[in-house]
Order: sequence, then structure tokens, then C-alpha cells
Amino acid sequence: MKKAVFKQIDGNSINYWMLLALLGSFALAAVGAHFYMEHGGHYVTGMNNQIVWGLPHVFAVFLIVAASGALNVASISSVFNKTAYKPLAPLSTLVAIALLSGGLMVLVLDLGRPDRLIVAMTIYNFKSIFAWNMIFYNGFFLIVGVYAWTMLQRNLNQYSRIAGFTAFIWRLALTTGTGSIFGFLVARQAYDAAIMGPMFVVMSFSFGLAIFLLIVMATYKWTDRPLGDATFNRLKNLLGVFVAGVLYFVVAQHLTNLYATEHHGVEAFILRDGGIYTQLFWYGQIIMGGLIPLALIYHPTTGKSRTAISIASILIVLGGLIQMYVIIIGGQAYPLELFPGKEVSSSFFDGVVNSYSPTLAEALLGIGGFAVTLFMVAFAVKIMKFLPESLADEAVDPHHTK
Amino acid sequence: MSNSEQTNNYRRKFLAQSAAVAGLAIAPGIILNQVAHTKADADKVTDATRWGMLIDTNKCNKGCTDCVTACKTENAWGMGETHSSKEQQAQWIRKVTITDKQTGHVQSLPLMCQHCETAPCVDVCPTGASMKRADGIVQVDKHICIGCRYCMMACPYKARSFVHEKIELQKPTAPRGIGTVESCNMCAHRVDKGENPACVEACSKAEHGAMIFGDLKDANSAISIELKKHGGEQIRADLGLNTGVRYQGL
Repeated sequence: MKKAVFKQIDGNSINYWMLLALLGSFALAAVGAHFYMEHGGHYVTGMNNQIVWGLPHVFAVFLIVAASGALNVASISSVFNKTAYKPLAPLSTLVAIALLSGGLMVLVLDLGRPDRLIVAMTIYNFKSIFAWNMIFYNGFFLIVGVYAWTMLQRNLNQYSRIAGFTAFIWRLALTTGTGSIFGFLVARQAYDAAIMGPMFVVMSFSFGLAIFLLIVMATYKWTDRPLGDATFNRLKNLLGVFVAGVLYFVVAQHLTNLYATEHHGVEAFILRDGGIYTQLFWYGQIIMGGLIPLALIYHPTTGKSRTAISIASILIVLGGLIQMYVIIIGGQAYPLELFPGKEVSSSFFDGVVNSYSPTLAEALLGIGGFAVTLFMVAFAVKIMKFLPESLADEAVDPHHTK
Repeated sequence: MSNSEQTNNYRRKFLAQSAAVAGLAIAPGIILNQVAHTKADADKVTDATRWGMLIDTNKCNKGCTDCVTACKTENAWGMGETHSSKEQQAQWIRKVTITDKQTGHVQSLPLMCQHCETAPCVDVCPTGASMKRADGIVQVDKHICIGCRYCMMACPYKARSFVHEKIELQKPTAPRGIGTVESCNMCAHRVDKGENPACVEACSKAEHGAMIFGDLKDANSAISIELKKHGGEQIRADLGLNTGVRYQGL
């Protein structure tokens, strides 16, 4: 394999600046939404004392999970020493850092008291998985940042393997920790399951790679750089495996729950009687976000089409957001089991399915997380050498046979 | 006196005066600090006590909400949250009606923070704002709560509320803050003065006597004697949280 030549993108076109302006305005809209929510209080949102985490959390958790997954390509190249993935490894670290930044921005700006972030950074309750996650997230920036540095600066290349290995372990811990936010909730029927940790790891593989693949395809198309079938096919086949992996975990999770009588209520709610949550689960998460992308990826015709794979990747991202929605909002909508076997009612909405209508402000805050991520990537590839000039087959892997 | 001796003298005087000034400046602080500490030590909350509550659902009147009203008055909630929807308004204590699906037997009981020994809200709080006092009272330190609401996700009893708007007309004994989480703290300010929580007082004023408050660690307290005699159940006992609030007749 030839040594890949990394080069900044020109980024002089009107379209490039338009893209930055568009992303920038969505990011500003998110900041505006934040001030709107913080000014008078969270009463302007659809969140309440029954559905305490809303749309911002759906976006934030999705982006944080995807951040870990975006590191897939770098991990495969450094940890598993697959040279074909090496040219895209620096971009992989960049997308990972950008996704985590976007996700954390949404999470922090939704806090009741974001002005007290310094408290969260300085006072730790080590029994809290949230506190661990703060260490995981901050450490991720540091470790992946150093990892990117070892790859970008030639005389540090020798350290990239060990940095990559550290980042690999760290990202697994990070996603397990994020899944455990839900896994450790003993109170709620929909959560409290050890499978949440590993399931989030596989979800991260899928969502992160889908976003990464979209970024690669868009960047190479818009900058007229060659993207060969060797790289493309590798990435899309890997994506297919991850999508199937997520489906497997979802099946395992629900089958386990269906076996235990105490979980029949919540399973019936998500799978059959939950109205919007049931529809989102089957049509959004399973069919749109899982089965259709799988078909597009592995069908002999569509599997070769860049357009079809772009659509598949977008569907995986949308399906992933819907999966988060079903987990986070659906899990809270189902009432707490205070008195098993009894009907409960009160002035505080005990025993009823809680309703949630997200507001525009929450949506803008969440979408702003995506905008910040993409802005960071678009800007960084202009000022730093993250992208190989060519990902043509002969540049990446001359022995690749089609 | 030589020049150098004179200089040394000046230096000595200067140092002595500086020390005196510094001493004068620090002294009140030290004294005040001692006073503050002595006072705190005398009133110190210790784990020699574990405050608890026993609620007899058979004595709890179905239509009565005196405990809820008393809590509202004592802690100034349930008023002033004009912008928030019903789902967003805080509730520190609520009356819950439970109906047995098999038998149709209906019961009514007050539900609030159960003051768990191993409280999930305390475990999950990243900053330690959700905390348990040595005497078992679980409450939120509103100065370091960042409003992440993870404690609300973790509480099996839905005992916690998030403040969705600015709150006016607060009580000095029950500070409430926009963007922070709050819940029943067993009227810690009253308990520290040797009084009963407002809900318990209201229940006995209404002559229902369905609520007993006391020290679970004191074998001679009314609550301990009653618990020993007739027992008391925990809500969601399966979670093994060893709640400080117990119920009879469930």
C-alpha cells in the first residue's frame, strides 16, 4: 500500500460556506432554544415531572453513543492492524470527538442549572454512573485527541497503536457506562437490565459507522476526491453486520423480558398496546431502522449503489433516534409499578400512561447537537490534514479484487 | 546605636506590629468559627437516630387530604407555579387510591419520599446533591443540584419533583429553586427542633391518628413499639431499600 497523502479540503466554494452558515445557524438556534428554556424555566418544554427526560436526551444520548461508534474505523486500523482502514483513521477520531461535543452540548444545555456545570466537574459521587460518565466523556476527549495527534504527526506515529488501544478500551467503557445509565435504574420496568450496557455498545457501532459513512461519502463527493469500491464496500458490509447485531440485541432483550411475568406489562406496552411507542418500535426502529437498511446493504443491486447505501445510512440514523425515543420516552411513559396487582390513581398521575409532546425548542436544541458536530467536522477538515487525497482502490489496497 | 542596629530595631518593631495586626484580623474569624462549630457539634445530626414514619392505611380517611394541605402550607408548594402544567407542578406528598384487581378492596394512603436506607436517588446523583442525613432523612442540597433529574428517573416512588419555573413567596425553612429537584424531607427543620413533621401533626389534629413519627432506633419510641407489635410493610419491599416510611394494612 502506498503511504496515504493527507490534505486539507479547499473549502473555498460558495457551497462550502453555505454549508457552514446553515450548520452555524442551526447551532445558534440551539443556543437560542437553550436561553428560551432557561430564562423562565422548563415549563416551556413538553417535559414534566412524569416524563423527566425528553427529546434533548434522545438526541444527546444518541450522539454520545454514536461518538464511540464513529471511532470504529480508527480502532480497526490500530487495534486490529487492518491497513486498509488506516487512511480514514484520523477522520474517524475527528468525527468521534465532534459527535461527543454535540451530544454533551445538548445534555448540558438541558440541565436545570447548566451554570453549575463546574459543580458536576469538581464534586463526584463515585457511586453514580453519571459521575463515572463525566470522567469517561472528558477522558474520551483527551485520549482520542492524543490518539489523533499520534496519527497526524509523523514522528509520533509509533505511539498510535498504544494510543489507539487505549482509546478502544475507553470507548467500550464509555458506551457501557452510557447504557448503564438505564441499566442501573432498578425502579423502572423498562430499564433495570444488564443487557443495556452491551446493547448500547452494539448500537454505537451501528449509529456511529452510519454517520461516519455518510460523512465520508458526502465529503469525497463534494470535494471531487476518489472513493474506491474497496473502502466503500468494506465500510458498508461492516455496517450491515452492526445493524444485524443491534437487531439481535433487541430480540434478546425483549425475549428475556417476555419470559418473566413481572415484565409482561411493559412488554405489552412497547410491543402491542403502547400506541405511538408501539408504532415507533415496529415501523421506525425495526422496519425502517433495521430491516430496510439491511436489505439495501445486502441486496446485490442496491448494495452497489452509493445512493442506496446513503439512504440506508440515513435510515439507520433515523431508526437509531427512534430507538432512543422508544427507550427513553417509552420507558418513562409506562407507569411505575408501585403496587403490583393493584390499580393505582392519584393527583400525581400514578397508574396512568404518561403523555409527552415535545416542543420546538427541545427539537431545535437536539438538532443543534447534530449541527455542532457537522460544523466541527466541516471546519476541521479545512484547516487540518484529516482527509486522504485519494481513497481510490489502487491507493488504498492495490491487491483488492472486485 | 549604630545604623545597622537601628535598622534591626525598626525591623523588629515592624514585624511585631504586623503580627499584632494580623492576629487582630484573624482572631474574630477564629473565635466565630469556634462558636459556629461548637453550636454545630451540640446539634449534630447523628446516626444514633433513624427517623421514620408509620402509616396505618385503615385509619387513613379516603376523602381526607389534610396531610397534603399541611405539607403545602409548611413548605410553600402547590401555589405560585402558574406557568407549569399540572404534570409539571411539584408534589411533595400525594394521596394515592389503590384498588385490588381481584377483590375490589379500595385503600387510600399518603405517599411521599420513603427515606430509603439505600436510596437509589442518592446512589445515582452525580454531585452528591441528593443526600441522606446521618439520621436517615433523605433530601436535596439545592446549592449543588445541577438539575439533571437522574434521581427522578431512579426513584421507585415518584417522590421527586423538578421545579419548572421561578418560585416566589418561599419559606426560609424550605428553599425552592428553579431548575433543581425537591421532595419531602420529613420537615427536617421541624424535626431538628423536636417537633413532628407537618403531615403527622395534621393527621392527629384531624383525629385520624393514621401517622406516627419517631425514632426507629429507639426501642421505646411509639413507632418502634407499634412496629414490633403489629409490623409494618414497605412499598416495593422487593427492591430491598429498607424504607424509613412503613405502612400497615397494605
